[in-house]
Amino acid sequence: MDRPEANPPAALAGIRICDFSGQLAGAGATKWLAAFGAEVTRIEDPTREGRWDILRGIGPFVDERRGINLGGGFNNHNTEKFGVTIDVRTARGKEMVAELIRQSDVVTENFAAGVLERWGFGYEGLKAIKPDIIYVSNCGFGHVGPYQAFKTWGPIVQAVSGLTFSSGLPDQPPAGWGYSYMDHTGGYYMAMAIMLALLHRRKTGEGQWVDLACTEAAVTLNGPALLDWTVNGRPSRREGQPDSNRSASPAMAPHGIYPCQGEDDWAAIACRDDADWGRLAAVIDEPWGAEVAYATLEGRLAHQDVLDARLGAWTAPRDKFEVQRELRAAGVPCSAVQKPQERIDQDPGTAGLWPTVSHSEMGEVRVDGIPARFSATPWRIERGGPCLGEHNEEVFGRLLGLSPDEVVRLRAEKVI
Amino acid sequence: MTVLQGVRVLELANERIAFAGKLLADMGADVILIEPPGGDAARAYGPFLDDQPGPDRSLWWWHYHTSKRGVVLDLCQAEGRERFKALVASADVLLESEPGTRLADLGLDYADLRRLRENLIHVSMTPFGRDSVNANVPVTDLTLLAGGGPVWSCGYDDHALPPVRGGGNQGYHTGCHIAVMSALTALLYRGASGQGQFIDVSMHQAANVTTEGASYSWLVAQQTLQRQTGRHAATVQTGDTQMLCKDGRWVNTGVPPRYPQEFGRMLEWLRALGLEEQFPEAIFLEMGAALEGQLNLSKIGVDDEITAIFAAGRAALMLIAENVTAYDFFIGCQTRGLAVGVIYSPEEAYEDTHFKARGFQVEVWHDELGRSVRYPGAPYKLPASPWAISRRAPRLGEHDAEVLGTAT
Repeated sequence: MDRPEANPPAALAGIRICDFSGQLAGAGATKWLAAFGAEVTRIEDPTREGRWDILRGIGPFVDERRGINLGGGFNNHNTEKFGVTIDVRTARGKEMVAELIRQSDVVTENFAAGVLERWGFGYEGLKAIKPDIIYVSNCGFGHVGPYQAFKTWGPIVQAVSGLTFSSGLPDQPPAGWGYSYMDHTGGYYMAMAIMLALLHRRKTGEGQWVDLACTEAAVTLNGPALLDWTVNGRPSRREGQPDSNRSASPAMAPHGIYPCQGEDDWAAIACRDDADWGRLAAVIDEPWGAEVAYATLEGRLAHQDVLDARLGAWTAPRDKFEVQRELRAAGVPCSAVQKPQERIDQDPGTAGLWPTVSHSEMGEVRVDGIPARFSATPWRIERGGPCLGEHNEEVFGRLLGLSPDEVVRLRAEKVI
Repeated sequence: MTVLQGVRVLELANERIAFAGKLLADMGADVILIEPPGGDAARAYGPFLDDQPGPDRSLWWWHYHTSKRGVVLDLCQAEGRERFKALVASADVLLESEPGTRLADLGLDYADLRRLRENLIHVSMTPFGRDSVNANVPVTDLTLLAGGGPVWSCGYDDHALPPVRGGGNQGYHTGCHIAVMSALTALLYRGASGQGQFIDVSMHQAANVTTEGASYSWLVAQQTLQRQTGRHAATVQTGDTQMLCKDGRWVNTGVPPRYPQEFGRMLEWLRALGLEEQFPEAIFLEMGAALEGQLNLSKIGVDDEITAIFAAGRAALMLIAENVTAYDFFIGCQTRGLAVGVIYSPEEAYEDTHFKARGFQVEVWHDELGRSVRYPGAPYKLPASPWAISRRAPRLGEHDAEVLGTAT
């Protein structure tokens, strides 16, 4: 493959984003773009100290200090971005935002529907400022439709889209997702939408408004189950479902998460076919492994409860990494359920994934990196998330031509 | 006008990468799906049309290969490799998830292919990355999510129950999201510079950075989050957020009332349902409604009055939930300003009035059935360059003649 250059080019250099987004669903999208060299400037509200983005001031924290510049999640999601403050309710603030938009390629936000419009920066307003602007809004139910006024955050998106339901064990409440999977994934779709719209503009010269509804993106993530409904009329809400540690599409057995020795330690094991089962049975080396009933997928599916109990009894006294080592050596898909420390600090498979950034107040902090290596245009994450208004002088000077004195005056006038 | 019209993508059939090809194909790319003789193994993945297996009856296949054309090439044979190389010469993007050194062994890796197409964008998406010591370790969606972090955070308060893999093959989806973002990033760079490149996506790493607080709580503060039923994993046990409604369906209650108008609306709702008599704590809802500004959440457990008001808001939600259907609870709360969600099954979400009104249900013509089939629609709306399913998934070798100029 290509040898990395000393100063490799940035894939998205020259693309400027005026970013009203935040939390994870919005900030996660522009984090990707910034890592590849887009110039992303977050616009935050000085009157509320940027608290619309709740992550600014909540933990985890690096030490005992607390404050709006010290939220660990905010830093994680906003690396390589610039941060400015502008009160868009003021006339001068609106002028400044308009000038930033005029010099931008993309405007992004993930407020509730209608918020940006009330400030005068809905799509029509944006187009009046810059006719070929790309505007990407990301909110739970989108800006159009019966539920457009409804409020969401990650767990609500997951609930309404079917993702919570389809994660769980039989005869138990929904397990759902123990984090905002759809904030991450909504951010991924938002990043795709931004880049698709940039490609379209490069081809045609026209901008557009992308109305991304996070719930809608989420509904697409259960495709085969939806076709089973539309084609066969079979609902997912039926006896014995969900059972998401097992696998129906494709059908596999055994397929589950089994207890191991130690505190809350588990191993995931999957047999893709009869050959995997044969290899697993050979490792286990117990008489029941040779039972004819288990020789075929149909047989293993029919006896899955007993098979799981037997397999669990075999794993229970064993170390999860030892089970992983033995089964992988035999060619059977297996993984320890890794705890955060194990996968972050002890797993060679994540080497290079956790860059250390320099944050103006937090100091040196490790963050999520990008899970892809680009031969010509590697990602770069070195600078931490911006403190509130950290780049006011720099950005207002560079883009709006304001002198340091003017920036001081705007601050005194509470415009910034 | 479709945004990726004119972008030719070659996809080496593999269950892991299929979704990435679909995302590009539904945006207009000319995706050519390359299967080995006899077809890709995923043609045998259920569920099936009318529950009858068959290579063209897999609904898994139908979903993940929309808008693509399909050809058969035997890359183990010299002739197949030559035809593949001829396709590469006209390709913009190669998507593949081939194991270990397979492509290099065949003389078909990036170093070989870039000689045929200098600005090729080669996206390799493998379980652990190309150079990993685990490059030949077998995986499934389950084992990737178990090793990559998501499983640790999902499950139940009762840790005697195993942690849970979220359904729907989301480990594959997450890898594919990263693969598509990578391809689009590289297309933008190629448009500006003329240069292609090789991109090495690790699915294991993709899962690792898609765990929200579990990763950064460790990175920042060396804290380990613990799974809880139906809500965020956390360092401390938090209150339940799921409630069972009158119709036996669940809702996620989100954050209980905090603002005076929210307490007032809860009280008004209880009265409308005739439940106030059964709810002695109604007095605390009245006190909540009379608050000046938001309830001070930091005083819960410290200030008796604030604690009682907050508890009454939560208790009112529970009482209402027991007395109405999950859907009515969802609509009733949302129209009163509370971010609450009905826990829909996938098909219930699909049939919901909101998504229908947005045009999410799309019809795809199946010539072999003589009818159209309803599919899930667009994940995003780009009005100037709309998402669309341009054709049903290909039959084995369906487009050999028109793509390769041969019949097999």
